[in-house]
Amino acid sequence: MRLPCPICGERDIREFYYQGADVALNRPAPDAGEQAWQDYVFLRDNQPGEHRDLWQHESGCGAWIVVSRNTVTHLVSGAVLATDIKRTQA
Amino acid sequence: MRFSGLRVLKEGLTGNKGWTPHWSNPEPKAEYDIIIIGGGGHGLATAHYLASVHGITKVAVLEKGYLGGGNVGRNTTIVRANYGLRGNSEFYSHSLKLWEGLEADLNYNVMHSQRGVINLFNSDGSRDAAARRGNQMASQGDDAVLMDNAAVRKMLPYLDYDQTRFPIYGGLYQPRGGTARHDAVAWGFARAADQRGVDLIQQCEVTGIDVVDGVVKGVQTTRGPIRAKKVGIVAAGRSSQVAAMAGMRLPVESHILQAFVTEGLKPIIDHVITYEAGHFYISQSDKGGLVFGGSLDLYSSYASRGNLPMAEHVIEAACTLMPAITKAKVLRSWGGIMDMSSDGSPIIDKTDIDGLYLNCGWCYGGFKATPGSGHVFAHLMATGNPHPVAVKHRLDRFRTGVGVMDEEATGSQHNLH
Repeated sequence: MRLPCPICGERDIREFYYQGADVALNRPAPDAGEQAWQDYVFLRDNQPGEHRDLWQHESGCGAWIVVSRNTVTHLVSGAVLATDIKRTQA
Repeated sequence: MRFSGLRVLKEGLTGNKGWTPHWSNPEPKAEYDIIIIGGGGHGLATAHYLASVHGITKVAVLEKGYLGGGNVGRNTTIVRANYGLRGNSEFYSHSLKLWEGLEADLNYNVMHSQRGVINLFNSDGSRDAAARRGNQMASQGDDAVLMDNAAVRKMLPYLDYDQTRFPIYGGLYQPRGGTARHDAVAWGFARAADQRGVDLIQQCEVTGIDVVDGVVKGVQTTRGPIRAKKVGIVAAGRSSQVAAMAGMRLPVESHILQAFVTEGLKPIIDHVITYEAGHFYISQSDKGGLVFGGSLDLYSSYASRGNLPMAEHVIEAACTLMPAITKAKVLRSWGGIMDMSSDGSPIIDKTDIDGLYLNCGWCYGGFKATPGSGHVFAHLMATGNPHPVAVKHRLDRFRTGVGVMDEEATGSQHNLH
């Protein structure tokens, strides 16, 4: 598998650190309650098929990126900078 | 049919014409007391213990493929009880004791071989951790022997002790650990359950779980609807998919773990060896193939196949630990789908839906748990109360934060356990 870093271009997967599903972009408020924090920290949709997850280009530019890929075929359809997503959300 | 030495002798002398299929292939009935979703090791073990311990035989095991075709048929066959945390330690201890009586219980040769598991350590810090774990195992009533470099060198003379990068300081040895023939475990449980009247229904995929007013009523399948008073989800890497049919999200992420087998070789490795520094483990099957593996590929996947970087990493670790292996040829490799839980420990519990039970989150350690998992899950489903060795495997530990069992202290990231 190779990942398309928006800054560096397509690179070997060994350059990247995998964090997990992209839930990290939606951190609940500190007082959001047990259920919201359980959803965020522990629970995952984890369905096969199209998936978005958070990686860091650890051995490259260091950027955090959100990768869209298929967890059944391993086809990678794209990647965007996590900061760009956060900026759109704001 | 009961298996015995006499029977083998008789069949051998009469052309092996008397053997019959190990289990029947029934049509699904309209209703059961209990439906188990998933005909793998844990599901079949659950069915066996429901019938043999609790006398509940109106049970169906629904399997979308064939029995034992998932992770129980494609793992590295290791059996051990070397956990440290309360909750896990008594559970795996319980499971190992069940292994020790399993062949007599099932009347089936699962080739359980207590050849010993040795966890090598490679630094002062990891020796201290091994000593602590060994003490935890001993205090649980299990066996653990802390071995220094000289003792390990005598037992495993073929490893590379003189390397400078990851020198072998010693090992934590569990003599009662070992291996078992993985397929035979599934077959043995299937046969035993079938003989007591459990319906093992293959090629039957569950497509929906019927819930009315918070109570489970049955399942929809590719072979029609089936009613049931209780339903147990035992679907390993597919647990999140099945649970979603009941509107549940689980603290699980599915990941790939690869494993490798070489061509058959003459006996060289008499034990199971793990190599901490390289995150690598190896044993030799009774056919002679060296069976080995390492870490997850580390990204979530349902692909049942890994990528080459982890294959390279694992084989590098093999060559570092045991240079003789460089002459062996890898015959095949494969990837399995692991149900990685948030804290690295399993979940064996009721759900918020009345009559719906959950058994998942085995990460990459489910095989050794097979008898224990089935035994305690059957207890839970039959009595409504958790078995004494599985009281801590609660689903709500993630909501309350009480009793999270993070064996390796790596936090709530699914792939790090």
